[in-house]
Amino acid sequence: MKLPLSWLRSWVELPWSDAQLSARLTMLGIEVEAMNAVAPPFSGVVVAEIVSAVPHPQADKLRVCQVSTGAGPALQIVCGAPNARAGLRSALATVGAQLPGGLAIGKAKLRGVESQGMLCSAQELQLNSAGAGIIELPTDAPLGTALRDYLQLDEVQIELGITPNRGDAMSVLGVARELAAVSGTALKEPQLPGVANSSASSADEAGATSDRFPVQLRPGAGSARFASRVVRGVDNRRPVPNWLRLRLEHSGLRSISPLVDVTNFVLLELGQPMHAYDLGKLQGGIEVRKAGQGEKLRLLDGNELELATDVTLIADGGGAVGMAGIMGGERSAISADTSDLFLEVAWFDPAAIAGRARRYGMQTDASQRYERGVDPALQERALERATALILAIAGGRAGPAQLVDLPEELPRRSGIELHSARIARLLGAPVAATDVTRRLAALGMQVETLGSDHWRVTPPSWRFDISIEADLIEELARLGGYDAIPERAPRGERRLGSVSEQRVELSQVQALLAARGFHEAITFGFTDPVAQRRLLGDVPTIALRNPIASNLSVMRASLWPGLLNAALENQRRQRERVRLFECAICFTRASDGTILETQKIAGLVLGARLPEQWGAARAGVDFHDLKGELSALLALAGPEKAHQFDADPAPPPGLHPGRSARIVHDGRVIGHIGELHPAVVRELDFTYAPIVFELDADAVLRSQPARSQAICAFPQIRRDISFTVPTSETYGHIAERVSVAASTRLHELRVFDLYQGQGVEIGRKSVALGLILQDLSRTLTDADADEVVARVCAELRSSLDARIRE
Amino acid sequence: MADLAALTANAREQVQACASLAALDELRVLWLGRKGVYTEQLKALSALPAAQKPAAGALINSAKTELQNAIEARRATLEQAAIAAQLESGRIDVTLPGRGELRGGLHPLTRTRLRIEALFRNAGYEIATGPEVEDEFHNFEALNIPANHPARAMHDTFYLSDSLLLLRTHTSPVQIRAMQKRQPPFAMISPGRVYRCDSDVSHSPMFHQVEGLLVDTDVSFANLKFVLHEFMEALFERPLQMRLRPSYFPFTEPSAEVDISCVLCSGKGCRACKQTGWLEVAGCGMVHPNVFRACGIDTERYSGFAFGMGIERLAMLLYGVPDLRFFYDNDLRFLAQFARG
Repeated sequence: MKLPLSWLRSWVELPWSDAQLSARLTMLGIEVEAMNAVAPPFSGVVVAEIVSAVPHPQADKLRVCQVSTGAGPALQIVCGAPNARAGLRSALATVGAQLPGGLAIGKAKLRGVESQGMLCSAQELQLNSAGAGIIELPTDAPLGTALRDYLQLDEVQIELGITPNRGDAMSVLGVARELAAVSGTALKEPQLPGVANSSASSADEAGATSDRFPVQLRPGAGSARFASRVVRGVDNRRPVPNWLRLRLEHSGLRSISPLVDVTNFVLLELGQPMHAYDLGKLQGGIEVRKAGQGEKLRLLDGNELELATDVTLIADGGGAVGMAGIMGGERSAISADTSDLFLEVAWFDPAAIAGRARRYGMQTDASQRYERGVDPALQERALERATALILAIAGGRAGPAQLVDLPEELPRRSGIELHSARIARLLGAPVAATDVTRRLAALGMQVETLGSDHWRVTPPSWRFDISIEADLIEELARLGGYDAIPERAPRGERRLGSVSEQRVELSQVQALLAARGFHEAITFGFTDPVAQRRLLGDVPTIALRNPIASNLSVMRASLWPGLLNAALENQRRQRERVRLFECAICFTRASDGTILETQKIAGLVLGARLPEQWGAARAGVDFHDLKGELSALLALAGPEKAHQFDADPAPPPGLHPGRSARIVHDGRVIGHIGELHPAVVRELDFTYAPIVFELDADAVLRSQPARSQAICAFPQIRRDISFTVPTSETYGHIAERVSVAASTRLHELRVFDLYQGQGVEIGRKSVALGLILQDLSRTLTDADADEVVARVCAELRSSLDARIRE
Repeated sequence: MADLAALTANAREQVQACASLAALDELRVLWLGRKGVYTEQLKALSALPAAQKPAAGALINSAKTELQNAIEARRATLEQAAIAAQLESGRIDVTLPGRGELRGGLHPLTRTRLRIEALFRNAGYEIATGPEVEDEFHNFEALNIPANHPARAMHDTFYLSDSLLLLRTHTSPVQIRAMQKRQPPFAMISPGRVYRCDSDVSHSPMFHQVEGLLVDTDVSFANLKFVLHEFMEALFERPLQMRLRPSYFPFTEPSAEVDISCVLCSGKGCRACKQTGWLEVAGCGMVHPNVFRACGIDTERYSGFAFGMGIERLAMLLYGVPDLRFFYDNDLRFLAQFARG
């Protein structure tokens, strides 16, 4: 909400500078989000009238104007604005004027004609108003007056952030009330320039009419009070007085017409929304009710809506004429020609308004106030204020004020008990009894003393946010200032949290991957359904109802789409080597449809095996590089053998079927590793094929606690064997056979050479193994070792068709 | 015997001239070996009269010792030269870069989160997590935000298709779940991803929050101020001014926004703090009784405070990151700036 400070100051007299006032508001919980002058500094610009305007003899687009400032001879001004015409009052920068941006005005010749100043546009003065050409001022703008004074350009505008609980503060009255309370000053209701203070009787006297228009409130429809009045014979084409126009403009609203401006003014001043209907377009009488099934309404903004049955309507004999508290209808809208009007000043239950405006996508100044709560005691006062203003500005004769209410549906403010012990407990500091009563009374609360440390407090009609003791305590703290509350360490026993040997922290995983050259990525939790299907196949999707983009419309089932996208972006930025990982939640559906959230760890490598360097040959990173990294990661959870990598009979479709594996732990598939499928590499336009992995974090984070074991004191013997096997044999199978044959004497098996190609028969590969042999109970002899090797060779020959190289 | 002196002088010259250890060894054998020159000389003593033998023998032995010493000295010189030559030829360029992998790094948001976690863990707070897909009850209703509440407009919520589930808009539901499970005392923080359907220069549809909760028989607003002030100073590692401003959250009463003196200009006024000298870094308040009631906690017996802050905001201030979007671009040139321990 934007307000000019002078408006606030007219309601409460404060000894504070603008900066102090702003700081006090902010510390009261009414945050001043911005405080700005309405215009930048400039000088020497006055109100002036164009007496005559003739075409420039040398230039088609220029005009030579004689301009009067009311005193002295007319000045000759050359002006290029198309709206420069005789009779127009505008802003004249006289010789010597300083304009925003450092422009100094001097005498000048334009195409040979002297100009003694410059007629100014709003843009040239950096004023916050639209309109092409030079500024158009009302015909009664006083000539020669400094423009700054006439348009009150020294005004300071503040922008306030009102929290949703404080509908009562969404007005000049409301903010002034807060300032009065915190400063201990009384509120003063200002006289409006040119308007007599009004009352029902004075309005009646000012050419009264006895016209009435019937109003009926349907119980339970959401309106418990409805003040209204007929006003006949208004002229909505009259000029809006300068003071009113400036109040609205400095509050960020545009002046439209006398009737609209008055309702907006009262809304800003008192916080009471109101609506003016063209009486001639209303039929029968007004009824406030809920919308019927399928009921339609064309709104002021031209949109036609079909309303839900929980929407409160203002209707007449011809159907809906407005969405209560949100926006009026087109049919009964006032226009420049309106002469008879029906003014509505209603109280709507916040519960009947809340959420509806948002549902239909139209938050209005009225709906914002109604859904937060408008003072139910305000309607007649606002009606009188608006009537008086209308009569003064647009003329007309007012009918009697009509008031219809449903007392049992009006909000009731009940007493809340307040105890000084609770105050001290919640705030951590006591508030003196005299301060309790003084602060609450200053906020308009009724305070009944029940004991020296015990009160019953009834909040005022305008407060919708005070219903429990804690609400009152907040008010006490707020008015006393949060700064006044001390800082004190909490007491309480210290406890040791759990640090388990059976658990690996995710941060250890992150640290390990970072130490091994991976950078951590953070990607969005939602992803592209197309990318996800490409990589994972038809997994059940979890779609968003309201995604921000179609490529961010499903919850991720894998971290791969995000990582691949990040890798692509980096490739685009000329990074030829990428190592990324991410740890985050992925989303899948259980067979019963419930959503499962799984913490995953995923990584990606792309490009060269090592950063380019002098000391290592260039080679592309491959599956086994990443498998090595993954083994180091899995080792966080325990011995390497606890996890197996094997070829997946049905690998994810995004992976190369011959270069991918599933990772199995305790018989359960806990993840996948593999090179990206060549088709996907091409489709995504990767220069090098990325290799990716993804793991259920849980399998890594549950660790087997280490146990100490005896170290064997007997020496080891190493025997190497070399043989060929068919190329289809896997190392996993070979190792398994070796280990069966060698039995307990095999301490460790190493594969130290692998070759296929020239020198090896086609269809076979050469394998070299190192067997580290050891016996737990004695020193092995050469004969023992020979015997183990013989057994291993025999097994390899028989079960793998191995040919041993002697 | 003049012969002997000449002989020895000759031998010494040969030793001095010797250029390799192998040649030196040959000389040693030639002169001092079992069939060497001096051995021959000693054998020749037998031809001398007995009275002359001792003196002559002593002369030969002394010449032999002298030559031995000369050979040893030469050997030492040659060995030293060999080592020196080996050192010279074995010189490497130590300025070449080291071999192997470079260090990667944690994302700055992770670094910030881990720091926050470590600080609160030190103070005995547990770290709690919860689901990112939530229901209306845990995300809103239990937090005193009923349907149609104006505060819901502040949470631009992502909903799942064909269900009432939503993506949590804050990590407060984690606290609700903890409080539903057991009774106070609670000292916990809940870091995590949160979602709001808002995307522009200063809003990301996914971001990170940490919320904190302390509930016990006697927790006050004064405690809240202390903990937050201590935390902010610990996080930024410097003394800071802190102020709480009244504000509104449906789940706390009283509620406050937390401002700290600007860490960039020390409160003097700069662009980051919009010349106010203050930076808004968190929201906080005393847990609303309706929240306790929704979780079955006795409001007469217990009180508590809660706070919440955006990890992005803190990370931007900690590391001087100028733009929120850097955090989600995953640009290696940005990420590599955080490649350290």
